[in-house]
Amino acid sequence: MERRILVILPHPDDEAFGLSGTLAKHISEGAQVTYACLTLGEMGRNMGIPPFATRVTLPTIRKKELEESCRAIGIQDLRLLGFHDKTIEFEDQGRLEARIEDLVNEVNPSLIVTFYPGYSVHPDHDACGAAVIRTVGRIPQDRRPPVHCIAFSNNHEQYIGKPDIINDVKHFLKQKIASIQAHRSQFQAAELLGRGEMKDREFQERFGTERFWTYPFD
Amino acid sequence: MQLIDTSVVQQMIDRLANQKLYIHLEMTTGAYAAHYDSSKHPAATFISNAVVEYSQGSISGSGPYRVGLKMNQGWVYSEGLTHYEDEESERLILAGHDSQGKLVVALQLSREPF
Repeated sequence: MERRILVILPHPDDEAFGLSGTLAKHISEGAQVTYACLTLGEMGRNMGIPPFATRVTLPTIRKKELEESCRAIGIQDLRLLGFHDKTIEFEDQGRLEARIEDLVNEVNPSLIVTFYPGYSVHPDHDACGAAVIRTVGRIPQDRRPPVHCIAFSNNHEQYIGKPDIINDVKHFLKQKIASIQAHRSQFQAAELLGRGEMKDREFQERFGTERFWTYPFD
Repeated sequence: MQLIDTSVVQQMIDRLANQKLYIHLEMTTGAYAAHYDSSKHPAATFISNAVVEYSQGSISGSGPYRVGLKMNQGWVYSEGLTHYEDEESERLILAGHDSQGKLVVALQLSREPF
C-alpha cells in the first residue's frame, strides 16, 4: 500500500485519463495524495462547445474544474504552482527544480507520478517529467522514492518497452468519469463516452486500465 | 462569447484608438496536431501584454472576419475571427474558433495588462 503519493503534472486535466482511477484506488486503500499542478492550462484551445470560456476567463474556469476533479477522485491536497502554460521548457530550470525539491522534502512521498520525459507529446509534459527526474535523481538511491511515469507518444513502446505497472481500475470508473466530466471546458464527455453507444465491456476495456513505467534511474 | 457583430466590434476598435494598449495576439494549431496526424505541421505563436497604439482600425469580411490595426510604425493583422466577448465594455476580446469549437486565433486589447 502507498502511504503518500506526490503527483506532479503541468496542466489541469492531465490527471483525468491516465491516472485518476489509480489515485482513487490508492486513496480508497488509505493513501494521502498531494497533486502539484504546474500551470492553469491558460493556453488551452478548448473553450467548451459552444465556447463558454475566453482566453481571459479560461484560467479561473480551469482552476475550478481542477478542484472539482480532485474532489471526485478524493485527492486531499492540491497545490497550484503558478507557472504559465506552454512555458515550462523555457522557465528557469533551477527555480523549477527547487520548487519540486521543496515539495518532495515536505511531502516525503512513498511514490511520485509524472510524465515520462521524451514520450509524453506535449512540450510541457516532457519538460515537467524531465525536471522531476533530474530533481529526484539527485536523491541518494537508498532514500529515493520510485517514480511512475505516464507515456503516450506514438510508438513509445518501441523505445521504453512495455509498462511494468498495469493497474486495473474498473472498480473506480465512477471517480474517473467524474474527474473527466469535471473538465467540461476541455472534454465533451458525450463525445468521449460514446454518447451511450459504447458497450459496457468496451468502455471498461478502454478506461478500466492505467499503465505506468517505473523510471530506470540507474 | 457571441458570434461577431461587426458594428459592436467596430465601435470598440474606434473607442480604443489613439492610446497605449496591452495586446494579446495568438495563433495555434494545438500541441497535439502532429500526434494525431503526422502530416500536420504543429505551429503556435503568442505575444502577451506587449504595448501597442493604433491610429485607425477596422473589422472586415463576411465571417470569419479580419481585423487590421494601423500603428505609427506598422500593423497588427488577424484573420479567422468568429467570436467576441459581449460582456466586456472596456476591452476587446476576439477569438476564432474552428468547427470543433477549438480556439485557433485570438486578438485581445485592453488598457490594463491581461
